[in-house]
Amino acid sequence: MAGRTLTRADLSEAVHRQVGLSRTESAELVKAVLDEMVETLVRGDQVKLSSFGTFMVRHKTGRIGRNPKTGEEVPITPRRVLVFRPSQVMKQHINGHVEHGKDD
Amino acid sequence: MIKSGLVQTIAQQNMHLYHRDVERIINTILDEIIEALANGDRVELRGFGAFSVKQRDARVGRNPRTGEAVSVTAKRVPFFKTGKELRERLNAPTPQE
Repeated sequence: MAGRTLTRADLSEAVHRQVGLSRTESAELVKAVLDEMVETLVRGDQVKLSSFGTFMVRHKTGRIGRNPKTGEEVPITPRRVLVFRPSQVMKQHINGHVEHGKDD
Repeated sequence: MIKSGLVQTIAQQNMHLYHRDVERIINTILDEIIEALANGDRVELRGFGAFSVKQRDARVGRNPRTGEAVSVTAKRVPFFKTGKELRERLNAPTPQE
């Protein structure tokens, strides 16, 4: 049942509701948080958010790739890629197990 | 950087907010993303990336130590795709390394 797509606006609205800041300020803070994460990653550092997951930058070496359509060989330059490792808590939540509250 | 470092940086940029509020802001953002994924929704954050959920079918796996066959149940796994802008910034030709 993949329905909606949440955006920055939805996160801002949640901050507005939960924390009680104005909508404008909530939007600015959502931006500030994401910007800070981006800057950290661009610097090459990882961002580790407990009970959410870890974002880390991996270095990929160059290799010879192939255009799957034409079969032509193309060099792939070395690059940095971002990987996200979800936490156990996130994985469990997504599978409907809420870890706090073993009430049965 | 860990969550407390993120809280501290944002708190320093926003001296009018209590540390505790900054913590709540960050937790709200993260919880909102998890809730959306748990509902089967996507989360698309321009300039950062998109979170989605992928369905993994049940399969027969193997215990790598004993070689024993074990059934692995179907499950949903979170997936993150880096946004174009961030992907480009990670590989911008800045002389930083």
